[in-house]
Amino acid sequence: MASAAVATHSRAGEASVELPFANGHRRLVTFPGKRPLILLTHRPPQLETPFSVFNEGLITPNDAFFVRYHLAALPTEIDPAAFRLEVKGLVKTPLSLSLDELKKMESVEVTAVNQCSGNSRGFFNPRVSGGQLANGAMGNAKWRGVRLKDVLTKAGVAEGARQVVCDGLDKGVAPATPDFVKALEIDHALDGEIIIAWEMNGEELPWLNGYPLRLVVPGHYGTYWVKHLNSLTVINDAFPGFWMASGYRIPDTAGGCVEPGTVPGKTVPIQKFKIRSFLTSLTDGATLPAGRPATLRGIAFDSGNGLTEVQVSFDGGHRWQSADLGADAGRYSFREWKYNWTPTTAGPVEIRCRAFNRIGETQAMEPLWNPAGYMRNVVETTKVTVA
Amino acid sequence: MKFSLLLPLPLVLLATFALAQPPAENPVSAPAAAAPQAAVPIQSGGPSTPRKFELPPETGTYRPGDGVAMAQALCLTCHSTEYCEMQPPLPAKYWEATVKKMKEKFGATLPDESIAPLVKYLSTAYGKKE
Repeated sequence: MASAAVATHSRAGEASVELPFANGHRRLVTFPGKRPLILLTHRPPQLETPFSVFNEGLITPNDAFFVRYHLAALPTEIDPAAFRLEVKGLVKTPLSLSLDELKKMESVEVTAVNQCSGNSRGFFNPRVSGGQLANGAMGNAKWRGVRLKDVLTKAGVAEGARQVVCDGLDKGVAPATPDFVKALEIDHALDGEIIIAWEMNGEELPWLNGYPLRLVVPGHYGTYWVKHLNSLTVINDAFPGFWMASGYRIPDTAGGCVEPGTVPGKTVPIQKFKIRSFLTSLTDGATLPAGRPATLRGIAFDSGNGLTEVQVSFDGGHRWQSADLGADAGRYSFREWKYNWTPTTAGPVEIRCRAFNRIGETQAMEPLWNPAGYMRNVVETTKVTVA
Repeated sequence: MKFSLLLPLPLVLLATFALAQPPAENPVSAPAAAAPQAAVPIQSGGPSTPRKFELPPETGTYRPGDGVAMAQALCLTCHSTEYCEMQPPLPAKYWEATVKKMKEKFGATLPDESIAPLVKYLSTAYGKKE
C-alpha cells in the first residue's frame, strides 16, 4: 500500500519518496506553514501527507495536513479586519459579516476527517488521469467555527431556496477559467452539521487550508470544504457551475462505480465518504520476528454513521479477527484500532483490514472503479515478512 | 523523515508565511513555519494588519523535446510542470483530450495552431510509448 513509500535523498540532498505505482517519484518540499510534504503540484499547490503521519496520532497536525487547490490565483494578502463573509441571494436580510462578528456568534467544535475525492487515485487500475495521490490526501482535525445553519438563519432563508452556493477567494489565472464554486443542497446546509471554521486544532487556519474561513462539511469529500470562504448565495435552482455540473461527478450507480475502463451513463455530484480502514503501524516490506507479540495499529473512518468494528485477516481474507477499537472522538473522526498479533510461522504474510459501520457498510476485497478515480475504499493489504 | 531545504535560505525567507502579529486581545498561535518568520511590515497608523502569503519559487521544469518552448509559454500561465510530470504513462489521445480540455473547459488562451504541436510534445515527452 501507499505507506510503502520510502524516503530517499537524491540530487543536492533533496528528499523524495517513491509512491508504489508507476511514475510515483515525488519530491518532499516545504511550503509556508507546512513541514516537508509530498509535492503533487507546486502551482496551484497540492501537497500530500506522508503516510507515516497517520501512525503518530489521531489528529493530523496542521503543518502536516494535505493541501489541495484547483486554481492558481490563490489569495496572497488578506486583511482580517477588512475581510467579510457575504450572505446573499434568497435571504430576507443580506449580511456582510466580519470575522469579529462571526466569532461573537455561538461557536462549536467538531473533530472531522477531510479527505480528497481523489485520495488514492494512483492505485486505480486501469490508471486514470488526475492528481496521482497515494493514501495521504486525508486528515483528521478539530475544527472550530459557527454553524452554517446559524449564519443562514441569521440572514433568514427565503421561500423557494434550493441550494447554497459557496465561493472562496481563490480563482483561476485566465479570465475564462471557471471559478472554484460549490453548491450544497439547502436541507444539508441547514442540518446543523456544517461549520464555517476559523480554527483548526486550536490554531487559526493555516493559509493553505483556507485562512481565514473554510467550510467543514463532515462526512463529505473535501471538494465541498471551500477554502477562504467569503460568499454564500442562496438560490432557487441547481447551480450550473463547472465544478458541480462537470467536475466532481460520479457514476449514478449503487457503488458509484462502473466496469473498469468503461464510460458511465448518468452521473451525479460526489457526496459522502465511503468507509475506509488502514493499518498504519506496519508498511509493505516490514519484517517481524516469529513468536514475538506485535501490536498492529491503524485508523478507520466513515461518513458519520458510526463505526462498529474493524477486522484483520492474515490469510487472504478467509478468516477475520476483531480488533479493539479506541476511544470514540466523534462520528466524523478517525477511530483508532489495535490488534495484538503473534505471528507463528515464518514466511510472507498479507495483513488486511476492513471496517464496518452501523448501517452495515464495509469494504470490498476488489477495488471499485470509476473514470475520475474517486472514492477508493478497497480492503487495504500490507505485505510483511515473518522471520 | 529527514529532509533538506530545497532552496537557498534567502529564497525560503522571502517565501515564508508572512504572518502579521496578531492583536494582543486575540492571541493566536502561528502555524509552524519551516524557516524563521520573515519580517512583516506593520501598517503604521492603520487599524488592521494584512496577512500576506507567497508560494515558494518553482523548481519544476518541462522535459526537453520539440515544442517545449511552446509548453513553457502557454501551459505555465495557469499551472506548474508537475501536472504533466506525475501522470502515469497515458496514450496520445489522452494528451489531446487534455489540451483541448484546457482550452475549452478551463479557458486557457491556446491559439488553435498550438494544439497539435502541444499534443505532439506532451505525448512524446510524457506519454505512453506506443
